[in-house]
Amino acid sequence: MPDSRMTKVLHAFAALADLGEEIAETSDFEEMVSSALHVVLGALGIRRGAVAEYDARLSLFRFVASRGLGEAHPPDVAFTCDEAATHRSGDGQLRLDASALEKEIRAALPDLPAESVMPLVVRGELVGVILLGAKASDEAFNAEDHELVRTLGRHIGVGLHNHRLLRELEHRAEENRRLYDDLRAIYQDTVRAFAAAIDCKDKYTQGHSERVGKYSEIIARELGWGDQEVEGIAVAGYLHDIGKLVVDRDIINAPYKIDAKQSSELNRHPAAGYEILRPINHPYADIPLMARYHHERIDGRGYPDGLKGDQIPLGAKIVTLADSFDAMTTDRPYKRRRAFAEVIEDFRFNSGKQFAPEVVIALCRAILKEVNGQVRPRQIVKLLGKGYLESERVPAMLEELIVELEAGDTLAARHG
Amino acid sequence: MTQPNHAHTALNPLSDGEVAVVFAGDYVNKLSGQRIERECRLKLESGYRALVINFKGTELVNSIGVSILLGVIDIAEQKEARVVFTNVNRHTVELFELLGLTRHVAMAESDDAALATLSEFAAPSPPQGH
Repeated sequence: MPDSRMTKVLHAFAALADLGEEIAETSDFEEMVSSALHVVLGALGIRRGAVAEYDARLSLFRFVASRGLGEAHPPDVAFTCDEAATHRSGDGQLRLDASALEKEIRAALPDLPAESVMPLVVRGELVGVILLGAKASDEAFNAEDHELVRTLGRHIGVGLHNHRLLRELEHRAEENRRLYDDLRAIYQDTVRAFAAAIDCKDKYTQGHSERVGKYSEIIARELGWGDQEVEGIAVAGYLHDIGKLVVDRDIINAPYKIDAKQSSELNRHPAAGYEILRPINHPYADIPLMARYHHERIDGRGYPDGLKGDQIPLGAKIVTLADSFDAMTTDRPYKRRRAFAEVIEDFRFNSGKQFAPEVVIALCRAILKEVNGQVRPRQIVKLLGKGYLESERVPAMLEELIVELEAGDTLAARHG
Repeated sequence: MTQPNHAHTALNPLSDGEVAVVFAGDYVNKLSGQRIERECRLKLESGYRALVINFKGTELVNSIGVSILLGVIDIAEQKEARVVFTNVNRHTVELFELLGLTRHVAMAESDDAALATLSEFAAPSPPQGH
């Protein structure tokens, strides 16, 4: 073999190796195609050329790389595969005819270098095209040159095809994400509808479930919970009283202090709520348990299971406090809501007995931040209504209680 | 005209312009090719009218390197600047001839020879006799 022929063959082999390396190692798609074009141009000594990917959905060629055609890539070119460019193969499959396709592409791209036009077809689909200008040697393309371009083109075509598959996957993942968001929105709307249905049953506590959901969310966020967990605790707050749906409406709406039998009936609602929520596949953990345990107490004197301290999940402790806070700060048929100083006294008295001190601290901190104007919007202030937290003593009361509870100084601790 | 003196470049007087020398390095691939192209662009934009690309010590020029060198030739032609390749080893000369690069650049044994070649081009034509 003459020296020059050997040099040409070696250079072609080396170009194939260069191309493989670029396709395998370059993660950026446009850079990969640009390098691939360089390899083709450098393999044959060509000054101008371009690679376009074919977008079958929009029926156009979009140029990804070009060389020697000015600073910017050529604009997109509309192109539709004509029926003439297809033929039915022996196995009955419709296949693209490379030669006819080449002619069609040449006709569609009259202003671009087209000494050699190489349609890139992968698994019967047109994925792109390589356009090449004249060789720097001014020699015409020979059969070996065409074969080399075809070989390099196969690799580039696979690179374009993989990129197309990846984009389709990303598109589907994005669709799935949107579907999931829609489903989540539907779930949240359903939960709110349930909360409204629960509250409808009790004419004196309109909006109670929604407020408990909001307070639970605020406390959980103050405790440093993540977005997903905060969403979950809000749902638990909305649904905590769902068991009331199975309690006699007359007992719930009694405008007087109910007797022991009625009280026992009413106290069924946490366990009933658990049974209602348990079969549902919630996107958040422990929603049924939070409903079941929202009347448990740290000191073990709650119901239905008489759990103590750490036996009660933190989420249930949050809902418990949110539930009581709303009960204390809204008017009931048989009593007016309490002044905030009384609420603070109740927290002081019941921390470590009914309420978990760390949860009380979190709620106090959240209120304090709103009162001091450190957070916007002021959700608690808005839920409690104008004027409720306007006393000058409010920040001092909150700070004092926080300091006491942080020091572990609760009445429960003092009394062993 | 005073020009900034960059690393890997030298400034030589020429009758109607100036010559910048850019060293190719031991292996002309994508990375070093892009560096060569960047330097050549800068030189041409700074007003140099001729580029000498010195291949002393260059063992190999791969396909991407060839394509980038063709691009440099393209840019130089647009700026009406001349390109001379110097100190190119036998194997690489053979490759450049095969791929047609030598049709668009002058080849010289050394930078001095390149300067002489460029001076010949830059020298005024002898007066035509009647």
